[in-house]
Amino acid sequence: MTAGRSFRLASGGLVARDAPLRFSFDGADYEGLAGDTLASALLANGVRLAGRSFKYHRPRGIVAAGSEEPNALVELGAVGRREPDTRATTAELFDGLSARSQNRWPSLRFDAMAVNSLFAPLLGAGFYYKTFMWPASFWERLYEPLIRRAAGLGRIAEARDPDRYETVHDHCDVLVVGAGPAGIAAALAAARAGAKTILVEEDFVAGGRLVADRREIDGVGGAEFARAAQAELAGLPNARVLVRTALFGAYDHGEYGAVERVTDHLADPPPFAVRQRLRRIFAKRCIVAAGAIERPLPFGDNDRPGVMLAGAVRAYLNRYAVTPGTRAVVFADNDDAARTLADLALAGVEVAAHVDPRPGAAARLTAASGVATRAIEGVVTRALGRLAVTGAASVDAAGAAWRVDCDLIAVSGGWTPSAHLTTHLGGKPAWREDIGAFAPGALPPGMAVAGAAAGDFGLADALTGGWAAGARAAQDLGFAPPPPREPKVDPDAPARASTLRVHPGARGKVFVDLQNDVTTGDVALARREGFRRPEHLKRYTTLGMATDQGKTSGPLGLAELAALEGREVSDLAPTTWRPPFTPVAIGALAGAHVGPDLQPTRLPPAHAVAVEMGAVFVPAGPWLRAQYYPQGAESGWLEAADAEVRAVRAAAGVCDVSTLGKFEVAGADAAAFLDFAFANPVGALAPGRVRYGLLLRDDGMAMDDGTVARLAPHRFVVTSSSVGGPAAHLHFDFQRQARKPDLDVRIENVTSQWAQFSVAGPRARDAIARVLDPAFDVSDAAFPYLAAGEARLAGGEPARLFRLSYSGERAYEIATPAQWGAGLFRALVAACEELGGRAYGLEALNVMRIEKGHVAGSEIDGRTTPRDLGLDKFVAKKKDFVGRAMLSRPTLLDPARPSLVGLRSVEPDARIVAGAHLLAEGAPFDARHDLGHVTTFGHSPTLGRWIALALVKDGAARIGTRLRAVEPLRGHDALCEVVAPAQFDPEGSRLHG
Amino acid sequence: MKFSFASVLSNALGGNAAWPAQWRSPEPKASYDAVIVGAGGHGLATAYYMAKERGLTNVAVIEKGWLGGGNTGRNTTIIRSNYLWEESEAIYEHAMGLWQELSTELNYNVMYSARGVMMLAHDRHDVETFKRHVHANRLAGIDNEWISAGEAKAFCPPLDVSPTLRFPVVGAALQRCGGVARHDAVAWGYARAASAMGVDIVQNCAVTGIRRDPSGAVAGVETSKGFIGAKKVGVVAAGHTSTVMAMAGVRMPLESYPLQALVSEPVKPFMPCVVMSNKIHAYMSQSDKGELVIGAGTDAYTSYSQRGALHISEHTLEAICELFPAVRRLRMLRNWGGIVDVTPDRSPIIGRTPVAGLFVNCGWGTGGFKATPGSGHVFAHTLATGEPHPIAAPFSLDRFRTGRLIDEAAAAAVAH
Repeated sequence: MTAGRSFRLASGGLVARDAPLRFSFDGADYEGLAGDTLASALLANGVRLAGRSFKYHRPRGIVAAGSEEPNALVELGAVGRREPDTRATTAELFDGLSARSQNRWPSLRFDAMAVNSLFAPLLGAGFYYKTFMWPASFWERLYEPLIRRAAGLGRIAEARDPDRYETVHDHCDVLVVGAGPAGIAAALAAARAGAKTILVEEDFVAGGRLVADRREIDGVGGAEFARAAQAELAGLPNARVLVRTALFGAYDHGEYGAVERVTDHLADPPPFAVRQRLRRIFAKRCIVAAGAIERPLPFGDNDRPGVMLAGAVRAYLNRYAVTPGTRAVVFADNDDAARTLADLALAGVEVAAHVDPRPGAAARLTAASGVATRAIEGVVTRALGRLAVTGAASVDAAGAAWRVDCDLIAVSGGWTPSAHLTTHLGGKPAWREDIGAFAPGALPPGMAVAGAAAGDFGLADALTGGWAAGARAAQDLGFAPPPPREPKVDPDAPARASTLRVHPGARGKVFVDLQNDVTTGDVALARREGFRRPEHLKRYTTLGMATDQGKTSGPLGLAELAALEGREVSDLAPTTWRPPFTPVAIGALAGAHVGPDLQPTRLPPAHAVAVEMGAVFVPAGPWLRAQYYPQGAESGWLEAADAEVRAVRAAAGVCDVSTLGKFEVAGADAAAFLDFAFANPVGALAPGRVRYGLLLRDDGMAMDDGTVARLAPHRFVVTSSSVGGPAAHLHFDFQRQARKPDLDVRIENVTSQWAQFSVAGPRARDAIARVLDPAFDVSDAAFPYLAAGEARLAGGEPARLFRLSYSGERAYEIATPAQWGAGLFRALVAACEELGGRAYGLEALNVMRIEKGHVAGSEIDGRTTPRDLGLDKFVAKKKDFVGRAMLSRPTLLDPARPSLVGLRSVEPDARIVAGAHLLAEGAPFDARHDLGHVTTFGHSPTLGRWIALALVKDGAARIGTRLRAVEPLRGHDALCEVVAPAQFDPEGSRLHG
Repeated sequence: MKFSFASVLSNALGGNAAWPAQWRSPEPKASYDAVIVGAGGHGLATAYYMAKERGLTNVAVIEKGWLGGGNTGRNTTIIRSNYLWEESEAIYEHAMGLWQELSTELNYNVMYSARGVMMLAHDRHDVETFKRHVHANRLAGIDNEWISAGEAKAFCPPLDVSPTLRFPVVGAALQRCGGVARHDAVAWGYARAASAMGVDIVQNCAVTGIRRDPSGAVAGVETSKGFIGAKKVGVVAAGHTSTVMAMAGVRMPLESYPLQALVSEPVKPFMPCVVMSNKIHAYMSQSDKGELVIGAGTDAYTSYSQRGALHISEHTLEAICELFPAVRRLRMLRNWGGIVDVTPDRSPIIGRTPVAGLFVNCGWGTGGFKATPGSGHVFAHTLATGEPHPIAAPFSLDRFRTGRLIDEAAAAAVAH
C-alpha cells in the first residue's frame, strides 16, 4: 500500500506549494497543489490504480502525462455537469474537484466484472461476429442488451448541462500549434517579423517537453525560457498565446478548429462565464509543432498500474515534483533512457535495473548517466503484480531470466511525430528510417511542421527548425524575416530514434491497445482470419478506436502486424487519423446555438401589433406568423377563420404577408435574366405592371411561385413564397453566377427590408385609399388589376402598391420599408374594421386559396410539374428558361399523372384531412387502389362545407365523380365530390368587384 | 469453418489458433464470367447472391482499396423501409425482409438490431407529410405508425419533447422493425460467404479502364493488376461510380458530395432506438460499444474529398443538443466523411447501361446501407439474367430520359 504517504519531492516542479487544493477520488479525500493535474495529484498521494479496462476490467494506472493517456479515465462533475471519460492527465486540479472511477462494480479495487478475464479465450477479437446467433431471436432480447450494458465506459450526464459555450472566429497570418520549444521559436520568429500570430497550446502551461525535462537554453532553465517567451508574445500587439486550447482539426481553405477550456479549471467560475469556447481559426499559414508521442513497449501484463511511459515519468518528476514510484526498472530501446535514469536518480528513486535489447546499449547508457544500476541487455518479458506492479521479469541476451522487484516500470519504444493534423486533409504519413517512425508526409497548402512533429527530436534542432518555419511563413506573407538566432542549449544526441520493432520474449497477455483491451493475441487472430490491412485490423479488433484514437497503440499495432507478416513496418500504411485530435465536448461544437437560439425566429415588422391583437401564431419555416386573430367569443381556429373569411368576402380584410421572399432585381439585362429564371414570359412585362411568376427546377418540376413587378424599365421587384425565400435566393444567385454570368443584373434579397400586407375584399380599395397619400389615384382607371407602382402613405412614407389577388377578391398588396410596417398594419386594420372587415391570418388565407384553387407549398412539393398543377398555361412556348428541356420528357406529359383537383365533402360536416388517400367508392384500402392524396384542406364558410385540394390520377377526367378520402390513423373517411380546383367564383368576376 | 457454439468453444480451448482466413485473397484470373467493380456491401452482396441463388461462382469482385472501406464502413448504419413511393417501398422492404435473417443466412453476426427508428415531426408541415408517409406505408402493408410527442418520449426517454423548444417535437413516425446493424460485419459476412462459394475478392486492384470489343460490348476491365476479361461488368462504386463509368464513355446523372458522420466517446446505454429529425438535421443512435453515432449533412459543394466542413458537423450537433440536452458534456471522438453519389431524384440507379454487358448499381446517396441486402439481391438477378429484377425495373437509368422519376427527397425524406 502506498496511499497515505506523500510522494511529493521536497522541492522543484511547477507546482505552488503555498496553494494546497483539496480533491476527492472515489469518495476519499486528498490534497494536491495548484499546478497539478488530477493524475499528478493522485500519484503524489500514492494512488496508482485509476481505472478499469473496457472488456476485461483489468486494473489500470496512469500511463502518460498528457492527452495521449489511454487508461486513467475518470468521471468528473455531477448531474448536468457529469462528464465521463475524462483523462486524469489533462484534468487541471482545482479546489473541490471530485472524481470517480468508471466501469467497475462494486469498487475499483474489487471489480466483479474482472471475471471476464477468465473467459478471455472466448472473448477474443471479433468474437461477437461468430456467436450470439442461436437462436436468432435472442440477439435483441438477450445478447445485445447484455453487451450494451457491459460496454460503454462512463455515464452520460443526467440532465441538461447548465453551462454555456460560445464560438468565436479568429483570423491570423500564422497559426502555431503547440507551445513546445519548436512552437515557441516559430511563434517568436513570425511575431517578431510582424505577422499576426496565434500560438495555441492544449496544456495549461506553455513549454511542452521544456517543462517536463531538465533542459537549459541560453543559460536559463527550459521552464523559465518558455515563461519568458510567453511573456514576450503576450506583450506584442500582433501575437496571442492561447493555453488550454486544443487544436483538434485542420479543414479546407485554411480553417482550423480549436477548443479553449475557459473555466474547467476554476473551482468557482465567474457567473455568466462560458465553460468552453470553440475557436474557428482562419490562418494563412499554419506551423504544426505538436511534438511527438512516446511509444510503449509490449511485454506480458504491460497494463499493470506502475507501467508508465518514460517521458511521463520524467514529466511527473520534473514538472510536478512527484515520484511515480520508489524503485524503478527502465525498459527502453533508445538512448533517451539516459535522461530517464538520471532524472530518477536525481529524484532519489532507486533504479533497480535498466533493460535495453540493443547490444551494449544498456551498459553504455547506464555508464554515461552515472547511475548505479544493473544493466541488462535484454527485454522485460512480464510485469508482476496485479493492482500494482511489484516487479519485472526479464530475460537477457544470454537467455538468463531475471526477476527485479520494483513498483515502477518506465518504458520507451521511441517516439512518433504527432502528425495527426497533417493528415486531416488527406495527407499520408511517410516512414522515416532514421528516426524509426512515421512522420508527416506531403503537407496541405499553407502548412509546415517543425520540431519533434517534423522528426527533429533534438532540442537545438527544434529551436532552429521552429524559428526557420516561423520566419519562412512570415516571409511568404511579405514580412521581412527576423535575423536568425543561434540558441545555446545543453547538448543532446538524437536520443529518441528507435526502430519500431517487436522485441521477442514477451510472456502472457500483452496489450497493444490498453483502453480497448486489444492484445497481441487479438492481432494475431485477426491477421490469421484475413484482417491483414491495418484498417481491417483496426475495425476487427477495435485497435486504435478508443478515446485516444490509438495515439500510443497505433504504432505498436503496426509493429506487431509487421512482425507477424514478416514485413517491415515501413511497408504498412498507418490507419487514418480523424479529427478531432483530442475529443471535443459536443456542447462546445454546438456553441451558443441552443434553446431559442438554435435558429433565429424571424418576426415580421408588425409582429408586435399582432401580439397586441391577441393573434395565435404558428411557425412557418423560420417565421412566426399569425394563424388567426380570435375576437369576442370565438373559441378556436375554426370559428375565427370562418369569421375572417366571411369578413374578407363581405367587406375587407388585411393579412400580413411580410414573410414573402422579396428581391430587387436591377440592371440593363434584368428583364432578360428574369425571363430565363421564370418559366412564364415576365420579361415582356410593361413598366407599372405585375404578374404571376413560376419558377421551375432544372428537371422541370415546379419549384416555387410568386410575382414579378416592373417598377421601371431596368428595375423589378420579385416575390417568392415565404418558406421558399432562401431557396429562391440561392436559385437566382446560382442562375446569375453559373448560367448567365454575362448579363448586367444585380439581385438583392430585401425580404427583411420591406413589410407587406395584402388587403382584400369588395371594400379593399376604400381601405387602401385611407392609408395612402390622398393624391394617389387608386381608381380602377388609374390603377387597374395587375397594376404596380410606387406611392406614398398618408404620412409621406414611401410605399409600393401592387394590385394582386390570392383570395379571389379585389385585392392589393402594399409594401413599405420595415420601420413603418407596424404603423401601416395598424392603420390598415383600423381601416378594414371601419369598413366592417378585420385582420385575417394564415388559416383564412389558406381557406380562400383552396376556394380559388391556388397552389402553395403542399402542392409544389418538388414532384409536380406545371401541367400537374394546372399551370401549364403560364409556361412560355418560345423563350428558353430554367427547366424547359426536361419539361418535355414523355412521362411528364403523361395525362394519367396525378393532377390538381378540388374536393368538397358531400356531407357538410365530414372533414377531409390533409394526407388522406383517395380511393374509389367501395375500393379496398390498399396500394393498388390508391388514386392520390389530399394536399391541403380547410373549412369553407363560403361553401358551407369542408373543401380540399388533391393530386389525383387522371384528375381532370374525374371531375364530377365521387371519391373517398381515407385517413386510417384517426378514422376519417369522407365521401367527396371531385370538382375543378377553383370552386368559388371560377370566372374571377370578384377581382374587379 | 462454420461459426457455431461448438466451433467457438473448441477454438477457444485451442487458443484460437485454428481459425482460417475469413476470405481468400487470390490474384485475379485472366477472365471471369462477371466482374463486379467495388467491394463494398452492395458489390459483395451482389456477388454472394449470384453465387448462392444463381450458381454463378466464376465471379470476381475487384476493389481499389480494402473491402468495406468506402461508404459501407462510414455510414451511420440506420435501417428502415418507410419510404413514400411504392417503388422505394418495394426495394427497401425487400431489403428489410433479408435483414431479418441475414446473420443466420451468412453465418455471421451482423448485429441487426430492430430497436425502432423514430422520425420526429416539428411542425404542421412535418405532421402532414409524415402522416402521408404512414398512410402510404399502411396501404403497402409496411410497418410505420404515428405517435404523439408523449409516446415518443416514452419510447426514447432522453429525448426532450418540451413545447418550449425552438423546434418542439409534436409527434413522430415510428417504424418499430427499423434499427441498426454492424456495418463492417455486413461487408465481412458477405465477403466470407461469397469467397467460400468461389467468388474471388481482389483488393488493392484499381480499375483503370473498361475494354470494349469491336461491337461496343464490354470485354473486360483494365486494372492495376492487369487486364481481367469479362463479358459482364457490374459497377457498384458509390461516390466514384461516375469516374468508373466515364471509362466506358457513359456519363451518369450523378453528383458526388462529402457526407459526414461522427461518434462520441463510449458511454453506458443512453438511448434505446434510432432518432432522426430531417427538419433540424439530426440523426442519432448508440452503438453496442456505447458510442453515440451521429449523422451530419452533406456539404453544399460537390467533391471527392472524404472529409467535410466543420460547420456542417457543428450544425448537426446544435440540433442534437436541442433534442438531447444531456449530451453537451459528452465529447466527439471521431468525425469523418464519405462520398455519396446523388441522383436528381435521390433514388438509386440499378440496371443496364447504354453499353452492352455493362451494368450499374449506384445513386444510393445518403441512404444506401439499409438497402444493402436488397440491392445486392436484385442486382445479382440483373447481372445473371441481363434483365432487371421486377423490383429494380423502375430504377432504370432510362428514367431520367423519360421523366419517370421516383422522387423521395422532395418533401421530407432528404436524408434516408
